Order: sequence, then structure tokens, then C-alpha cells
Amino acid sequence: MIRRVRLANVAAFLAARVGAGLLVVFGVSVLIFVLARAMPGDPARLALGPAATAAQVERLRADMGLDEPLLYQYVTFVAGALRLDFGTSLFTNRPVIADLAYGFPASLELALAAGMVMTIFGILLGAVSARFQNRWPDNVSRILSLIAVAMPNFVWALILMLLFAYWAELLPVSGRLSERLQAPPFVTGLVTVDAVLAGQWATLGDALRHLALPAVSLSLPGLAQVARLTRTNMVDVYARPYTEFARAYGFSEREISVKWALRPALIPTFTLLGMQIVALLGNAFLVETVFAWPGMARYGVEAILRKDLNAIVAVVMIVSVAFVVINIAIDLCVSFIDPRIRLQSAR
Amino acid sequence: MTASPEFWRAMRRYAQDPMAVLGAAIVAVLVLAAILAEQVAPYPAHAGAFVDFVNANRPPDATYLLGTDGIGRDVLSRIIFGYRTSLVLGLTVLGIAVPLGTAAGLVGGYAGGRAEAVVMRITDVFLALPSLVLAMAIVGLFRPSQILAMAAVAAVWWPWYARLVHGMVRSIRLEGYVVSARLIGASPVRIMVGEILPNCAPTILTKFSLDMGLVILLGASLSFLGLGAPAPIPDLGTMVADGANYLPDQWWLSVTAGGAIFLAVLGFNLVGDGLRDVFDTTG
Repeated sequence: MIRRVRLANVAAFLAARVGAGLLVVFGVSVLIFVLARAMPGDPARLALGPAATAAQVERLRADMGLDEPLLYQYVTFVAGALRLDFGTSLFTNRPVIADLAYGFPASLELALAAGMVMTIFGILLGAVSARFQNRWPDNVSRILSLIAVAMPNFVWALILMLLFAYWAELLPVSGRLSERLQAPPFVTGLVTVDAVLAGQWATLGDALRHLALPAVSLSLPGLAQVARLTRTNMVDVYARPYTEFARAYGFSEREISVKWALRPALIPTFTLLGMQIVALLGNAFLVETVFAWPGMARYGVEAILRKDLNAIVAVVMIVSVAFVVINIAIDLCVSFIDPRIRLQSAR
Repeated sequence: MTASPEFWRAMRRYAQDPMAVLGAAIVAVLVLAAILAEQVAPYPAHAGAFVDFVNANRPPDATYLLGTDGIGRDVLSRIIFGYRTSLVLGLTVLGIAVPLGTAAGLVGGYAGGRAEAVVMRITDVFLALPSLVLAMAIVGLFRPSQILAMAAVAAVWWPWYARLVHGMVRSIRLEGYVVSARLIGASPVRIMVGEILPNCAPTILTKFSLDMGLVILLGASLSFLGLGAPAPIPDLGTMVADGANYLPDQWWLSVTAGGAIFLAVLGFNLVGDGLRDVFDTTG
């Protein structure tokens, strides 16, 4: 009985969140459509270049549907987007979605790696800091966090590149895999995972070495914020009577920090993690550019610099869908950890 | 605003926090340097289109404290003028975004009902994209320029203030003093501006300081990607990007310009943290 009620709660919660998410994606589609149509210059002229005749431009305009009423154009755009058809890239002359499908796994791999580094080391750093409050590990970690938050992603990327790739020559400068190596057979598109599946350990090592610097520089500002918030909340929990109670019962300091202090402190951290993962999506545009990482974000930057209209629209739409999905996932995680939130939103 | 005893108490508390004072000192130095750039910069002419190939690519030394770039311009001078660009960007963006977002949040939060729903759904859409991506798309679809970059950043920034103010208005709109003002017959505008807004001011001020750093960072990110002020306007993000082409040999180009961005963000963050602590305890 209790179990059924809980499942119903989760379902209602999920339905409400998905509904709100769809509304947001709809809003983004209107926004980007309006922006793309308000762009100065004729997309058909841009696609054909200055050498084309007026008649050719006119024909392409008709083909692209640019002479139709705006509402009709919008409906066609949405109908296409639902089938993942964003038209042809004006630059590569391939369907935009094919270009994106090529870059997506690379971006996903980078974001996952950065997300893991951020979560694990952020929470760890914050917890250590709180446990040794106002002693040297705390002071070191707080100063590091302060620096990490204020340093832009792309500066981190360049500094780490300079230190570890150029000067120490420990790690590769850019790219995803050394040229002498062949990519492992395509299964997930994540080179590291595919290498494990194929049992190619040398390739795995090489891929990890390429992944290290981009992932770390992408994660650092978020990592520092996670550490700061975890520390603040844990310090708060350490001051509560039930921590004192646990100490009086003779539990070890380590048990107290993990079981009593850390767990309740993690709830705000999870909410922040959601925001930071979204920030990762944005900052990936910078880090992928620095490390020539062949991902979707770098493609997006190039599309914007080349005014590749369809590609820009597609990248923005995909990022917004990713945002909505990640947020629902995070909300769901938080609601499982903290029953108060689940009950509140289901009501 | 007259300086009340609480204000001075708050200032004293602020002055006792060494990190907050450090932040204020950094911000003061940067702002002064930006205003007095012509007087402070060792080679003010180097901020524009200046070429001196004899002294190109010199590492930091006594004459050029932070070295010179590929066409012989003093990096320190360009950084000082770059701060001017960054601070103007920050102030312009927040000068647009803060009043706009505050007004939207006030109206939405106080009026409730349909106005609230519309405002909140619009902010949802803007916040559903990382600010960098949306700003990039706006700048990229039009023509990169400094004005457009400011407009784009302002367009992605106002929803944060709308959210923040909305939340505060929701929590204080049923307080006694608001209700009594309404009962006396004060107009909604008067209640929003005279009763509610002053109570939001400390939080807005704190966020303003933290956001100066973040907006400067976002502006630098845009220009790093080639979507900022066109050459030869000195811009910290553009300088990092240009220097990145000369790694590892002319390493100081990217590192110093990047460090300059870091310093500005750090300064405003420390001031923001300090203000938050002060206002939290005064309640």
C-alpha cells in the first residue's frame, strides 16, 4: 500500500516535470526561430555566396520555404525538428544532424568525465575541509576553491595545457586519440568505453590521457563551487546536537563525518550539481575549442563563426533538450534522497 | 539613502573580514586603473593600432613588465585598457539587466496570477540555455561588435534578477507593513517601489557584485571565441585567444591576460561574499 502511494507520487512528480520541460523546449524553439529569422542578411544569399544570380537566390529561397508565411515556416521547422531533421548545413553540405551525430559522443564523453571529476573531487574536498575545519587542509582547500572559481575555464585549459602538455610533456596537447592509433570498433561512440569493450588497453590508456586535461579544466570551476557548498553545509551539520550525540556514543570521527555530517549536507549539493552540469554544457564550447576536441560544442562555435544558420539552430535546440533532461534527472535524484521534496511537488 | 547607524555597523563588520577588504582593494585598484588608463598605462599608445616589430615578442622584463605581443605592443598597457572594456561591459550589462529583471520580478511577484505565470515562463526559457550558448547564438546570428555583445549578455542576464526578486517579493508581500500600506490605499507601484524594493536592495546589491565578475567572465568568453570587440580594441578575452596561437613559446601573452580576468573576477567575488556575510547577519 505504502509502496503504491510512493510510486504514484513519483509518477505525478515526473509528469509535472516533463510537462514543464516540454513547455521550456517549446519556448526555446520559438526564441531561436525568431532570432534566426530576425538575422540581417538573406540566408539563401549567404548559402550561395556573392557569385550567385538573383534568380538562383530566388529559387533557393522558394526551396527553403522562406517565402511562406512565418507561422507556416515555424510549423515546418518544428515538424522537421521532431524528426531530428534540421536541414542541411550551409557549410559542410551534409544534413546538420549527421554532423551533430558525429560530434555528440565526443562531447558526451567529455561532459561525463568532467561531471564525474567534479562530483567526486568536489564532494571529497568539501568533506575533508569541513572535517578539518579551520586547520590546514581546510585553509588549503578554501584558497584553492577561491582560485578555481574565479579562473575562467579557457584560462584553466591553457594553463594546464602549458604545464602538463608543453612543459612537462606528460600529456598530449590536443585531440581525442593519437594519430598512430585506430579508433576502437564503434559501439557507444565513447572511445574509452569502446576501447574497454574491445579489450584494447593501449587505446584506452591513450584515450584517457587525451581526456585528462579537457575534463579537468572543464570541471574545475564547478568542482570548487561544489566543494564550497558541501563544506558550508557540513560545518552546519557538525554544529547540530545529533552529531554531538553520535560522538557521545563513541562512533569514530570517520563514521560521523560520512554517516551523519555528509548525508544531509549533500541535498543542496545535488541541486548545485544540476546547475553546474548545465554550466558544463556551456563551458564545453570553450574547452573543446582550446583542445581541438572533435565534439558538438566545437562544431557549434564553428557554425556560429561561419553563420551556418541551420547548424546554429540545431545546436541550440539540442543543448536546451539536454538541459531539460538533466534537470529532470537531478530533480528525480534529489526527490529520492529527500522525501520532503517528493511529497511537496506531488501534492 | 542616509547613512544609518546600522549602515556603519555593517561597514565595520565588512572591514573586519580580511578577504572582503582584499576584494575591495582589488576592485578599487582595477577601477582606478581603468578610469585613469591614459595616465597609468606605461605605453598608452599601445592600446590602439600600434606596431613595433623591433620589440615584438619580448618576454617580461624591466621595460615591458608583462612582455610584448607579436607586433611589439606592451601587454601591461593593453591589459589596463582591456579592464576599461571589461568594466564598461559589466556596468552596461548590469545597468540594463538589473532594472529590467527587478521590474519584471516585482510585477510578477506582486501581481500574481497571469502576469506572474507569463514572467516566470519567459524566464524559464531564457534560463534553459547556458548563458554562453544563448549569448553566442545572439551575437553569432548578427554581427560581432561590442554593443551587440553587451546587448546579448544583458538579454541572457535579466531573468536571474527576475527570479531572485520574484522569490523575495513572494515571501514578503503578505508582511504586515505591505498589507497595511495596501489598506491605507497606497497604489501598487508605490507599494512595490516604496515598501518592497528597499527590502530587496541588500540581496540585489550582493548579487550585483558577484555578477560583475561573472559578466566580465562571460564577456571575456565571448571575445575569446571571436565574438567580442573587433581589433584593435584591447579586450582581455581576445588577448587570451590571440596569445593561445603562440603557445608555448610566447606563453606570457595568454597567461597574463588570463590572470587579469582572474583578478577581476576574484575581486568582485570576494566583495560579493563579504557583502553577503554582512547582510545575512544584519537580517
